[in-house]
Amino acid sequence: MAKKKVLYGVFNDDHVLLDAVRNIRAQGVRIQEVFTPFPIHGIDEAMEHRPTGLHTAGFVFGLVGVSLMFLYMTWINTVNYPLIFGGKPFFSFPAFIPILFEVTVLSAAVGMVVVYFVLNGLSPIRQKPVIDPRSSDDKFIIAFSADELSEEEKHEISNMLHENGATEINEKVL
Amino acid sequence: MFVSPLREPLINGSKDYHQITDDIARATEGRPTLPWLLGLGLSSTIMLLGFLMIGLTIWYGIGTWNLNRTIGWGWDITNFVWWIGIGHAGTLISAILLLFRQKWRTGVNRAAEAMTIFAVACAGLYPLIHMGRIWLMFYIMPYPNTRGVWPNFDSPLLWDVFAISTYLTVSLLFWYIGLVPDFATLRDRSKAKIRKAIYGTLSFGWKGSSKQWQRFEAISLVLAGLATPLVLSVHSIVSFDFATSVIPGWHTTIFPPYFVSGAIFSGFAMVLTLMIITRKVLHLEDYITKAHIESMNKIIILTGSIVGVAYITELFMAWYSGNIYEQYAFMNRAMGPYAWAYWIMMTANVVSPQLLWFKKLRRSFYFTFFLSIVINIGMWFERFVIIVTSLHRDFLPSSWSYYVPTLAEVGIYVGTLGLFFTLFLLFARTFPVIAIAEVKSILKTAGNQVIEKMHKQEMESENPATVE
Repeated sequence: MAKKKVLYGVFNDDHVLLDAVRNIRAQGVRIQEVFTPFPIHGIDEAMEHRPTGLHTAGFVFGLVGVSLMFLYMTWINTVNYPLIFGGKPFFSFPAFIPILFEVTVLSAAVGMVVVYFVLNGLSPIRQKPVIDPRSSDDKFIIAFSADELSEEEKHEISNMLHENGATEINEKVL
Repeated sequence: MFVSPLREPLINGSKDYHQITDDIARATEGRPTLPWLLGLGLSSTIMLLGFLMIGLTIWYGIGTWNLNRTIGWGWDITNFVWWIGIGHAGTLISAILLLFRQKWRTGVNRAAEAMTIFAVACAGLYPLIHMGRIWLMFYIMPYPNTRGVWPNFDSPLLWDVFAISTYLTVSLLFWYIGLVPDFATLRDRSKAKIRKAIYGTLSFGWKGSSKQWQRFEAISLVLAGLATPLVLSVHSIVSFDFATSVIPGWHTTIFPPYFVSGAIFSGFAMVLTLMIITRKVLHLEDYITKAHIESMNKIIILTGSIVGVAYITELFMAWYSGNIYEQYAFMNRAMGPYAWAYWIMMTANVVSPQLLWFKKLRRSFYFTFFLSIVINIGMWFERFVIIVTSLHRDFLPSSWSYYVPTLAEVGIYVGTLGLFFTLFLLFARTFPVIAIAEVKSILKTAGNQVIEKMHKQEMESENPATVE
């Protein structure tokens, strides 16, 4: 992996951070990412993130799971091995409902969690470095990709961070 | 941001973010304490004795238990239903209260979810052992096989297999999704190399970027939405094991809601038992406060009252139905050979939670702890009464019988208690017991410093003269 340079500002407070993100973006500067110890309300709008498609993935997985299970049970009870249980018809849909429900939940949940880990780039083995370990404790970080920035631009961004309440500004090669 | 001054603080001690991390992570750092070691030694010994009894049961067969033709289900299924029920409170706290945006859940959800998973693991053991030939348990899986038979999809016992395995899987995933950011916190604090590597692996390389948090919130919400009907379905399906049979005392449509509320009732009792100990031992008094205990006690009053109404409804329906078998089953419960169990159940589950209407009692740690144990016992007896008293006098008086458990049955029950507490102690030592990120996110609306400030402002605006 190629080395990447980041320039980042450290903030002490979530509200200060949120205002800083808004101000910096309003001036047309591209923020690479924001790292925080907990989710902050309003940061999605401030960063203009697209809404996540995770819900849709969950719905699709659930639908596929329940359809397959329905076909499977119907095939078993009517085609493959029809047996009479308690005088009920071979295709006894009401009795399928509990299993269909459980399978819907199971496939939606498992599928969504897999998609979640993949989209978020989370894996137990291949992990990307963390910019500043304090960002999982009590510090809030705004990071800029510094590979293509000139010294002048860096200076400008640093000033902007300072004005918006950053307590320290660092540069790091990841 | 406006915070109602009427709200009780959920975090005491005027914490800042760093202190929260410190306080919660402390339990996983440093050397294990003596009480923890003693607890682990005791519970793992009991667990091993339980495993020995399970071994005996598998070796010699179900004949090691005192079940007979009349009483086909005894302690084993009682314990199964009891443990499954206990698990339900964890999912209620983590899923339903998330949908209701209850802030107090953040203090207790992590430990309650852990409790759910361990309780379901204990519960799952019982049906497996009860199969007798546990090495044939793959017969319950519906895969194309050379035996030429399929499991019966119309049977509630098979529904149970699907319900319990789904419940365990989804709870585990939900729990882990929440743990990932907190493992990252532990990773970033770690000094020792091995520790950093372990928590690094567990954290899946979480970075806490805004996009990650956005997906985190989305998946938490959807998983909560999925887990909410799931938790209601699981105990409903467990109750179908009884309700779809033709045994007087079991064959009632009231069973699903009655079992679900009983499950939540007993689960909250277990959460209280565990949390009252945990907060003291791990010094988390600032995070698990009287407000938390009171909220949980309110849920206990609600679900306990539903259970009480269900008991009385059962009695009424037995009389009103005009069915002599149904009437006999309930007369026999209250006045037959197992009357002692019935009245323990009635006292512990119907009378005792009503004491929580007194504010003083529901805000007392000692009383709550005592009551939670009483309710745990009471709810165990509920399942025992439903199962054993309905079976022991069946339609043919010549096969009436009285059931007493053998040492193996008692041993397995005590053994699962050992297993449960062993798992919980290991969890309390190595995992963040409180959801660090979630507690931080409510600090500015539920921390005592914020609420006290609001309170002061309120007082000043009402009483301008005191400003000077």
